[in-house]
Amino acid sequence: MDFGRWSYVAVLVFVILGSIWLEVFLRSRVLHRPKRVLFTIFPVLLPFLLWDAYAIGQGHWYFDESRILGVYLPAGIPFDELLFFIVIPFASILTLEAVRSVKGSKSRRWLVGDEKP
Amino acid sequence: MTYTAIGVLAVAIAVLFDLFAVKTRMLTRPIFWLSYAIIVFFQLITNGLFTGTQIVKYDGSAIIGGSSPADSAPTFLGDGRIAYAPVEDLLFGFSLILLSLSLWVFWGRRGLDRTPTSGPPIWRR
Repeated sequence: MDFGRWSYVAVLVFVILGSIWLEVFLRSRVLHRPKRVLFTIFPVLLPFLLWDAYAIGQGHWYFDESRILGVYLPAGIPFDELLFFIVIPFASILTLEAVRSVKGSKSRRWLVGDEKP
Repeated sequence: MTYTAIGVLAVAIAVLFDLFAVKTRMLTRPIFWLSYAIIVFFQLITNGLFTGTQIVKYDGSAIIGGSSPADSAPTFLGDGRIAYAPVEDLLFGFSLILLSLSLWVFWGRRGLDRTPTSGPPIWRR
Protein backbone atom coordinates (compact mmCIF):
# COMPACT_ATOMS: atom_id res chain seq x y z
CA MET A 1 0.00 0.00 0.00
CA ASP A 2 2.15 2.90 -1.13
CA PHE A 3 0.32 6.04 -2.12
CA GLY A 4 3.06 8.15 -0.59
CA ARG A 5 1.72 10.63 1.95
CA TRP A 6 -1.80 9.53 1.05
CA SER A 7 -1.29 5.87 2.01
CA TYR A 8 -3.10 6.10 5.34
CA VAL A 9 -5.90 8.14 3.78
CA ALA A 10 -6.15 5.60 0.95
CA VAL A 11 -7.12 2.92 3.48
CA LEU A 12 -9.88 5.22 4.75
CA VAL A 13 -11.04 5.79 1.17
CA PHE A 14 -11.28 2.00 0.87
CA VAL A 15 -13.52 1.97 3.96
CA ILE A 16 -15.73 4.75 2.54
CA LEU A 17 -16.04 3.06 -0.85
CA GLY A 18 -16.82 -0.22 0.90
CA SER A 19 -19.71 1.28 2.84
CA ILE A 20 -21.17 4.35 1.09
CA TRP A 21 -22.98 2.24 -1.51
CA LEU A 22 -25.23 1.05 1.35
CA GLU A 23 -26.67 4.57 1.41
CA VAL A 24 -27.78 4.23 -2.21
CA PHE A 25 -28.67 0.59 -2.68
CA LEU A 26 -29.92 -0.31 0.78
CA ARG A 27 -31.28 3.15 1.54
CA SER A 28 -29.56 3.33 4.91
CA ARG A 29 -30.46 7.06 4.97
CA VAL A 30 -27.65 8.04 7.31
CA LEU A 31 -26.74 11.13 5.28
CA HIS A 32 -30.34 12.28 5.66
CA ARG A 33 -29.72 12.48 9.41
CA PRO A 34 -26.64 14.73 9.64
CA LYS A 35 -27.31 16.15 13.09
CA ARG A 36 -27.59 12.69 14.60
CA VAL A 37 -24.36 11.70 12.84
CA LEU A 38 -22.50 14.68 14.31
CA PHE A 39 -23.94 14.15 17.79
CA THR A 40 -22.81 10.52 17.65
CA ILE A 41 -19.36 10.85 16.13
CA PHE A 42 -18.10 13.91 18.00
CA PRO A 43 -18.52 12.72 21.62
CA VAL A 44 -17.00 9.33 20.82
CA LEU A 45 -14.10 10.92 18.99
CA LEU A 46 -12.88 12.84 22.03
CA PRO A 47 -12.03 9.95 24.39
CA PHE A 48 -10.49 8.00 21.52
CA LEU A 49 -8.25 10.93 20.61
CA LEU A 50 -7.16 11.04 24.27
CA TRP A 51 -6.39 7.32 24.11
CA ASP A 52 -4.51 7.92 20.85
CA ALA A 53 -2.52 10.76 22.41
CA TYR A 54 -1.56 8.59 25.39
CA ALA A 55 -0.65 5.61 23.19
CA ILE A 56 1.47 7.75 20.89
CA GLY A 57 3.13 9.40 23.88
CA GLN A 58 3.93 6.02 25.41
CA GLY A 59 5.06 4.62 22.07
CA HIS A 60 2.38 1.90 22.02
CA TRP A 61 1.95 2.58 18.31
CA TYR A 62 3.68 4.81 15.81
CA PHE A 63 3.34 5.73 12.17
CA ASP A 64 5.46 5.63 9.03
CA GLU A 65 5.89 9.38 8.67
CA SER A 66 6.41 9.09 4.93
CA ARG A 67 2.93 7.61 4.46
CA ILE A 68 0.77 9.95 6.53
CA LEU A 69 -0.26 13.48 5.56
CA GLY A 70 2.30 15.10 7.82
CA VAL A 71 -0.23 17.36 9.51
CA TYR A 72 -0.46 16.94 13.26
CA LEU A 73 -2.98 17.71 15.99
CA PRO A 74 -1.79 18.52 19.53
CA ALA A 75 0.03 15.67 21.33
CA GLY A 76 1.51 14.51 18.03
CA ILE A 77 -1.69 12.92 16.76
CA PRO A 78 -1.57 12.64 12.96
CA PHE A 79 -4.48 14.40 11.26
CA ASP A 80 -5.08 11.06 9.51
CA GLU A 81 -6.10 9.60 12.88
CA LEU A 82 -8.81 12.24 13.32
CA LEU A 83 -10.18 11.18 9.94
CA PHE A 84 -10.08 7.55 11.13
CA PHE A 85 -12.29 8.36 14.12
CA ILE A 86 -14.80 10.01 11.80
CA VAL A 87 -14.80 7.45 8.99
CA ILE A 88 -14.97 4.26 11.07
CA PRO A 89 -17.97 5.20 13.24
CA PHE A 90 -19.68 6.58 10.13
CA ALA A 91 -19.17 3.27 8.31
CA SER A 92 -20.44 1.34 11.32
CA ILE A 93 -23.63 3.43 11.45
CA LEU A 94 -24.12 2.81 7.73
CA THR A 95 -23.77 -0.92 8.40
CA LEU A 96 -26.31 -0.94 11.24
CA GLU A 97 -28.83 1.01 9.19
CA ALA A 98 -28.25 -1.19 6.14
CA VAL A 99 -28.91 -4.30 8.22
CA ARG A 100 -32.07 -2.68 9.56
CA SER A 101 -33.12 -1.91 5.99
CA VAL A 102 -32.73 -5.53 4.91
CA LYS A 103 -34.29 -7.02 8.04
CA GLY A 104 -37.19 -4.57 8.04
CA SER A 105 -38.57 -2.88 11.12
CA LYS A 106 -41.65 -5.07 11.36
CA SER A 107 -40.28 -7.98 13.35
CA ARG A 108 -39.63 -7.54 17.06
CA ARG A 109 -36.56 -9.70 16.84
CA TRP A 110 -34.67 -7.11 14.79
CA LEU A 111 -35.61 -4.02 16.81
CA VAL A 112 -32.81 -1.49 17.07
CA GLY A 113 -34.16 0.32 20.12
CA ASP A 114 -34.87 3.75 18.67
CA GLU A 115 -38.29 2.95 17.21
CA LYS A 116 -41.15 5.35 17.83
CA PRO A 117 -42.96 4.23 21.00
CA MET B 1 -0.94 0.95 31.12
CA THR B 2 -0.39 -1.37 28.18
CA TYR B 3 -2.50 -1.37 25.04
CA THR B 4 -3.89 -4.70 26.29
CA ALA B 5 -5.03 -3.20 29.60
CA ILE B 6 -6.52 -0.06 28.06
CA GLY B 7 -8.32 -2.22 25.49
CA VAL B 8 -9.99 -4.32 28.19
CA LEU B 9 -10.88 -1.17 30.13
CA ALA B 10 -12.37 0.45 27.02
CA VAL B 11 -14.57 -2.58 26.32
CA ALA B 12 -15.75 -2.54 29.96
CA ILE B 13 -16.61 1.15 29.73
CA ALA B 14 -18.47 0.66 26.44
CA VAL B 15 -20.47 -2.26 27.91
CA LEU B 16 -21.39 -0.25 31.02
CA PHE B 17 -22.36 2.70 28.82
CA ASP B 18 -24.63 0.58 26.64
CA LEU B 19 -26.28 -1.53 29.35
CA PHE B 20 -26.46 0.85 32.30
CA ALA B 21 -25.69 4.47 31.41
CA VAL B 22 -27.92 5.02 28.38
CA LYS B 23 -29.64 1.59 28.49
CA THR B 24 -29.70 1.14 24.73
CA ARG B 25 -28.99 -2.59 25.35
CA MET B 26 -27.29 -3.06 22.00
CA LEU B 27 -25.51 -6.11 23.41
CA THR B 28 -28.85 -7.89 23.78
CA ARG B 29 -29.94 -7.21 20.20
CA PRO B 30 -29.41 -9.57 17.25
CA ILE B 31 -29.15 -6.54 14.94
CA PHE B 32 -26.07 -5.34 16.80
CA TRP B 33 -24.31 -8.69 16.57
CA LEU B 34 -25.14 -9.17 12.89
CA SER B 35 -23.87 -5.65 12.18
CA TYR B 36 -20.76 -6.26 14.27
CA ALA B 37 -20.05 -9.51 12.42
CA ILE B 38 -20.03 -7.60 9.14
CA ILE B 39 -17.99 -4.75 10.60
CA VAL B 40 -15.34 -6.98 12.21
CA PHE B 41 -14.75 -8.78 8.90
CA PHE B 42 -13.94 -5.47 7.24
CA GLN B 43 -12.03 -4.31 10.30
CA LEU B 44 -9.63 -7.22 9.85
CA ILE B 45 -9.05 -6.20 6.23
CA THR B 46 -8.56 -2.54 7.14
CA ASN B 47 -6.27 -3.38 10.07
CA GLY B 48 -4.37 -5.72 7.81
CA LEU B 49 -3.82 -2.89 5.34
CA PHE B 50 -2.58 -0.52 8.04
CA THR B 51 -0.40 -3.03 9.82
CA GLY B 52 0.63 -5.46 7.09
CA THR B 53 1.92 -2.58 4.96
CA GLN B 54 3.59 -1.10 8.04
CA ILE B 55 1.85 2.26 7.96
CA VAL B 56 1.24 1.63 11.67
CA LYS B 57 3.62 -0.27 13.93
CA TYR B 58 3.37 -1.48 17.52
CA ASP B 59 5.73 -1.74 20.46
CA GLY B 60 5.98 -5.25 21.87
CA SER B 61 6.05 -4.01 25.46
CA ALA B 62 2.48 -2.68 25.08
CA ILE B 63 0.87 -5.72 23.44
CA ILE B 64 0.60 -9.49 23.92
CA GLY B 65 2.70 -10.18 20.82
CA GLY B 66 6.15 -8.92 19.92
CA SER B 67 7.17 -5.59 18.40
CA SER B 68 6.47 -4.92 14.73
CA PRO B 69 9.64 -5.77 12.75
CA ALA B 70 11.59 -2.77 11.47
CA ASP B 71 11.54 -3.61 7.78
CA SER B 72 9.08 -6.41 7.13
CA ALA B 73 5.45 -7.25 7.72
CA PRO B 74 4.59 -8.77 11.12
CA THR B 75 3.20 -12.30 11.48
CA PHE B 76 -0.12 -12.74 9.70
CA LEU B 77 -1.57 -14.98 12.39
CA GLY B 78 -0.07 -15.89 15.74
CA ASP B 79 2.24 -14.10 18.18
CA GLY B 80 -0.78 -12.19 19.46
CA ARG B 81 -1.68 -11.03 15.98
CA ILE B 82 -4.62 -11.57 13.68
CA ALA B 83 -4.45 -10.38 10.05
CA TYR B 84 -1.10 -8.70 10.93
CA ALA B 85 -2.68 -6.49 13.60
CA PRO B 86 -2.43 -6.98 17.37
CA VAL B 87 -5.46 -8.80 18.82
CA GLU B 88 -5.82 -5.73 21.04
CA ASP B 89 -7.18 -3.97 17.95
CA LEU B 90 -10.30 -6.11 18.31
CA LEU B 91 -10.87 -4.63 21.78
CA PHE B 92 -10.21 -1.16 20.39
CA GLY B 93 -12.61 -1.72 17.49
CA PHE B 94 -15.32 -3.32 19.60
CA SER B 95 -15.37 -0.44 22.08
CA LEU B 96 -15.37 2.15 19.28
CA ILE B 97 -18.22 0.42 17.44
CA LEU B 98 -20.33 -0.33 20.53
CA LEU B 99 -20.03 3.24 21.85
CA SER B 100 -20.84 4.72 18.45
CA LEU B 101 -23.86 2.52 17.74
CA SER B 102 -25.14 2.84 21.29
CA LEU B 103 -24.96 6.63 21.12
CA TRP B 104 -26.54 6.60 17.66
CA VAL B 105 -29.52 4.66 19.01
CA PHE B 106 -29.63 6.83 22.14
CA TRP B 107 -30.14 9.96 20.01
CA GLY B 108 -32.72 8.25 17.82
CA ARG B 109 -34.65 7.16 20.88
CA ARG B 110 -34.62 10.79 22.08
CA GLY B 111 -36.19 11.77 18.75
CA LEU B 112 -33.09 13.38 17.21
CA ASP B 113 -33.25 12.56 13.49
CA ARG B 114 -35.23 9.42 14.21
CA THR B 115 -36.53 9.71 10.68
CA PRO B 116 -36.13 9.10 7.82
CA THR B 117 -35.58 5.53 8.93
CA SER B 118 -33.62 3.17 6.71
CA GLY B 119 -34.99 0.92 4.01
CA PRO B 120 -36.32 -0.68 2.06
CA PRO B 121 -33.45 -1.85 -0.18
CA ILE B 122 -33.93 -0.67 -3.77
CA TRP B 123 -34.73 -4.15 -5.01
CA ARG B 124 -37.84 -4.28 -2.83
CA ARG B 125 -39.50 -1.16 -4.13
